[in-house]
Amino acid sequence: MTTSEHLLQVQDLRVSFRVDKHNTFEAVKGISFDVPKNRTIALVGESGSGKSVSAMAILGLLPENARIPAASRALYGGEDLLKATPQRLQAIRGKDISVIFQEPMTSLNPVFPVGEQIGETLRLHMGLTARQAASRAVDLLAEVGIPNPALRVRSFPHELSGGQQQRVMIAMAIACEPKLLIADEPTTALDVTIQKQILELIAGLQEKHHMSVLFITHDLGVVGEIANHVVVMQNGVVQEQATVHAIFESPQHPYTKALLECRPRLDRRPKRLPVIDDFLKGTGAPRMEEQPRGVKEGDAVILEVKGLGKTFFLKEGLFGKRAVPAVKDVSFKLAKGKTLGLVGESGSGKTTVGLTLMRLHDATSGEVLFEGKNLLALSDREMMAYRRRIQIIFQNPYASLNPRFTIGNILTEPMKIHGIGANAEERVEMAFQLLKRVGLPEASYYKYPHEFSGGQRQRIAIARCLTMKPDVLICDESVSALDVSVQAQVLNLLQDLQEEFRLSYIFISHDLAVVKYISDQVMVMNQGEIVEIANSDEIYLDPKQEYTRKLLSSIPKGWDAARAA
Amino acid sequence: MSAVLPKHIPVVREASPGLWALAWRRLRGDRVGMVSLAVVVAFLAMMLASYAGILAKDWNKERGVSYANPAFLAGAENLEAKEVTHKDFGTQAKPVDLSDIDPLAPRYKEWEERAAKIAVTEVKRAETLPFGGDKWGRDVLEKAIKGSEVSIFVGLTAALFATIIGTVLGALAGYWGGRVNDFLEWFYNIFTSIPYILLILAFAAVFKKGLDTIIVILALTGWTGIYRLVRAEYIKHCGREYVKAAQAIGASHFSRMFVHILPNASHVILVQLSQHVVGFIKAEVILSFLGLGVPVDMVSWGTMLAEAQNELVIGKWWQLVAAGASMAFLVTAFSMLTDSLRDALDPKLK
Repeated sequence: MTTSEHLLQVQDLRVSFRVDKHNTFEAVKGISFDVPKNRTIALVGESGSGKSVSAMAILGLLPENARIPAASRALYGGEDLLKATPQRLQAIRGKDISVIFQEPMTSLNPVFPVGEQIGETLRLHMGLTARQAASRAVDLLAEVGIPNPALRVRSFPHELSGGQQQRVMIAMAIACEPKLLIADEPTTALDVTIQKQILELIAGLQEKHHMSVLFITHDLGVVGEIANHVVVMQNGVVQEQATVHAIFESPQHPYTKALLECRPRLDRRPKRLPVIDDFLKGTGAPRMEEQPRGVKEGDAVILEVKGLGKTFFLKEGLFGKRAVPAVKDVSFKLAKGKTLGLVGESGSGKTTVGLTLMRLHDATSGEVLFEGKNLLALSDREMMAYRRRIQIIFQNPYASLNPRFTIGNILTEPMKIHGIGANAEERVEMAFQLLKRVGLPEASYYKYPHEFSGGQRQRIAIARCLTMKPDVLICDESVSALDVSVQAQVLNLLQDLQEEFRLSYIFISHDLAVVKYISDQVMVMNQGEIVEIANSDEIYLDPKQEYTRKLLSSIPKGWDAARAA
Repeated sequence: MSAVLPKHIPVVREASPGLWALAWRRLRGDRVGMVSLAVVVAFLAMMLASYAGILAKDWNKERGVSYANPAFLAGAENLEAKEVTHKDFGTQAKPVDLSDIDPLAPRYKEWEERAAKIAVTEVKRAETLPFGGDKWGRDVLEKAIKGSEVSIFVGLTAALFATIIGTVLGALAGYWGGRVNDFLEWFYNIFTSIPYILLILAFAAVFKKGLDTIIVILALTGWTGIYRLVRAEYIKHCGREYVKAAQAIGASHFSRMFVHILPNASHVILVQLSQHVVGFIKAEVILSFLGLGVPVDMVSWGTMLAEAQNELVIGKWWQLVAAGASMAFLVTAFSMLTDSLRDALDPKLK
């Protein structure tokens, strides 16, 4: 390809951040890639790989403490964006190059109607009058597929759903018909069904407007659906760049191979997931036999939920209350030593089920039978004995550990409360053993949560639950916030622990591939009700309900040679 | 297990240092924090020494001439002192002889004789004092030292009590929500709707006059702002997953409120504490001005500032500077100390 065909050429981009007087942190270590005209380039990498920093550097949106050496260049039409004046960058941003961010809710200004926010871009860059801008805003909303755009143009961001907000963000981004659209994890915060729609929309717009798209994501599945060309980044370095065909069909770098293999797949279920180290050591994915899953008729039941209901009340007016049923008449059985996967989109009530059955929410109706005892009818004192036996691991490992406690405090506290271990020494000893069991060094005992990465924190949360020797573990989106490689490690750990301690899991997730991998039984929820419940192999092969089918068809399939051909 | 994690590292298993031990270790590394701590400790030592009578015992003695100059301004003219001297001897008009009609006249002689028997030693009043004198010739420096006793004691204790009240009520309202919150909010609203001075007057009318009363008044009226902030902080933290996690492991309400959440809200509380110390030292001035503060036979930085207003007009600035500088030093050091303390208590900051 000749230079003229490239819209943007990034050459030897380095970005470092000044941490304090003596230390700098090098986030991007000399990367080069080209964005050809009318193509979609995907920047793929896990957190900390420097993919977002690279994109923000091109736009001049880095924080004050960032340094870019003079040798780095980002050529856009012969002009080096890294050395452009702030005025020049401001003229380019939004007009020639525009961005979509990850969180639509925080990227839109909550106090202005969406039409006005789209109009502002048009007035600034295209010199339209207010009236012209308003009518153009309606056209744009129609183009990004928002129903009834003439009315929606006056809506405030909070009146729109997450998917619609992201559509508005896209409308703003394409308002001035940019030549390059930078999409920074635009679908990460969205449900799979919405994700699919947004990806289709971006692909459609790219084709229609002859734009180039720089698509930043951690999800190779998404990349396979949308990109022409893939740049794989790790720790600020480009590990591999090639066409999407080459990346998926014959990945060269072990890291790319690892990323492709770590993710649980719908068609296979090895006993353990391969982890990145398997590849970096050069051994490649270990051959694993398939893990049989499923619940049979005679399996012992540890937990039975009957007609569980939970209604929240929203304040309305001065004294009014509006009932919002979050969970309606949910019944299921959890077999001992097995995993029940709970899937659904956000707002389907899956998390509420988890919190209600361990009494972190008060149930409105129903029974939770644990070894025949109805937990919901117990007094707080009687409940204490059962508290220990049902534990929960939350989604966000950054929020679920008290930042002011050392890991030692975190691990010994539940033992103290429940009188596990004869004395302090014995408890400390148990804490050390558990740290070892979840694969953390003993020195962790004296550290604080912020000194650990997300995956390590999730291990700590798991260790905290294990201190109480629970029978049932509720994993509420426990691996959703983790990078794929770390996710694989944590899933392997959960699997090992299940075999070792015969734990029963309720595994709540929006990620259908992960649920398929870890679950014996899958329960699909929608709007607070159970849609379908069946053994996991059955439900994925032969979904009985329309909603389940829709959900399954939304999973990014990744690379599909047949589709590309 | 995964091999990403480092191989088994042998560690010395020592007793885990607590939050406070670690905080102290971090504070020691903070130069600003240590200097502020030294200043605050010095002030506290000065206050205790004065209380024990080691320092500024004779602050009430009139050792200098009226408005004696500071030692470093020895040459400056002191009109006020001259005026007083003048009054005593020079301008006394010759008394009119009223012995004819004065019924006491016969006894004057006897009285004069009796007065002569009492030995009167004329005290030589100093022309200059180390940092100047006040209207009655008392040493300003000693006054400032003696004044610290009342000011620091009132400021610190009242702020401490106000913070405790505000924190406990705020924690209750924020943690429990619902009825408890409604009730406390109602209580708070009523409390804040009464004008501040009126409230102080009401309290002062009920309690007897004295230092302890001032502390009670300031504590009982000053908790409202802290209450609101702590309540907001608790509402925020109650929804956090680590509190849910604590509930899941069976931690009691008390433990969740004060063991789990409180350290995470401590930065707000500490900053409020330092601001209230400053505020209360100043509030004591207002109270003293209204006649509800310290009795006339005592001195505080507040009363010194009140006196200084009139002196400033005639160019006697040292009392103002002595009280103002002491206050500024203490208050700056104190707020920097709480700042450092907040950082030291936050494990995330180094």
